[in-house]
Amino acid sequence: MAHDHQLEIFRGLVKFKSNISKIWGVFFFLCLVTGVEVALGIIKPDSLTSGRFLTMKYLNWIFIILTLVKAYYITWDFMHMRDEPSGLRRAVVWTAVFLICYLIAILLVEADYIYEIYKNSFIKFNF
Amino acid sequence: MEATVSKTGTEGKTWGGGNRPLDASYGKMMMWFFIVSDALTFSGFIAAYGFSRFKFIDAWPIADEVFTHVPFLHGVPAPMYYVAFMTLVLIFSSVTMVLAVDAGHKMQQSKVAWYMFFTIIGGGIFVGSQAWEWATFIKGDYGAIETKGGRILQFLNTEGERVAIADFAQHIPTERVTQESKNGVWYQTEAETRTTYNLAEVQKGFLAQEDLVMRTQYLDDHGHQIILSREASVDKILNDGKMVVEGANLRHNEYGHPLFADFFFFITGFHGFHVFSGVMINIIIFFNVIIGTYERRKSYEMVEKVGLYWHFVDLVWVFVFTFFYLV
Repeated sequence: MAHDHQLEIFRGLVKFKSNISKIWGVFFFLCLVTGVEVALGIIKPDSLTSGRFLTMKYLNWIFIILTLVKAYYITWDFMHMRDEPSGLRRAVVWTAVFLICYLIAILLVEADYIYEIYKNSFIKFNF
Repeated sequence: MEATVSKTGTEGKTWGGGNRPLDASYGKMMMWFFIVSDALTFSGFIAAYGFSRFKFIDAWPIADEVFTHVPFLHGVPAPMYYVAFMTLVLIFSSVTMVLAVDAGHKMQQSKVAWYMFFTIIGGGIFVGSQAWEWATFIKGDYGAIETKGGRILQFLNTEGERVAIADFAQHIPTERVTQESKNGVWYQTEAETRTTYNLAEVQKGFLAQEDLVMRTQYLDDHGHQIILSREASVDKILNDGKMVVEGANLRHNEYGHPLFADFFFFITGFHGFHVFSGVMINIIIFFNVIIGTYERRKSYEMVEKVGLYWHFVDLVWVFVFTFFYLV
């Protein structure tokens, strides 16, 4: 089972000499991202908690984007997705991403609707 | 048999059979199938959590104020440090796992065994930490009052610091009577969890101490819980208080909405169960490595397959960490 490993991350910006050093490199990157998340979570800078983009605080956008970045490197480098044929990669990732986006969009929109009804105490058409 | 076609002339070609679709073996493919379906299960749970949270978006507990404990540092508020430690342990055990897979590709038996061993240790530390976190969450720290409408009121002093009910509640001597149905009292049951102080004792202590106020579980525009004035607090505790809540269980939660506790127990419990099964599977594979099963098989693909599962568990934790502790 001697695969060929692709030893580049960040689109070729960082190249490793061996698979083992790539693993450690990805590990330090993941630690760095987690460290940034924890630091932001403890400090909670005012500039990031006051502003909102699409009704969500900037800070929460940062957390979610950093989480997706971590998920990418765990899947691509630890689970060897980078070395798999593109067919397998797409079958796994697109299926999950599409279904999850759909699920989240519907549930959160519905939940916000219920929140508005609780808040304004009006029974709208088919609640 | 002349009539039977035994050779199709397509051997070695794409449709000749014997191919491995997507260049993955059967076992690895099945592991990916399982991972996708399990990922959808977890997304269902986390999306349900999001649903409840958005439904009560202005009254949801702030995770920093719930998970502030670190073992051996009692009374030192340290939000998030412990869960950050747990995250790093899990990521590190993922690293040792992927190193085991790498050593397996090179057929280095003892290296695979050692890396598997470290992975198992990491998984054990994680599950233990989670058990500790559950225990701390169930025990609670300050205690609170639940209103008739099911809302949570917490106690503060005028400096805005949290005050535990044990610090001001006054003991009222009462006798605990065991009601039995043979006495004709079948409709009175004790509360399912007994608290250290009852409502009357907390009310008495609260009235006696002038510098205490309460805060609601509702959040203002800056995400801070709304603090009531002394008069409003007295009015609330006397007219609206229903029971004392200490810690969290599936029905009551001193930190805020009970659904927060329900989802916390359910999702981290389900994830913890995955970690536990991962540790068990890793132990089996570890012993197989030691007795040389994969040396004889001339392939360490089993290590790669459990590795996929183990990384998946790490992946799920990354999301649980974000949605329970950070966002």
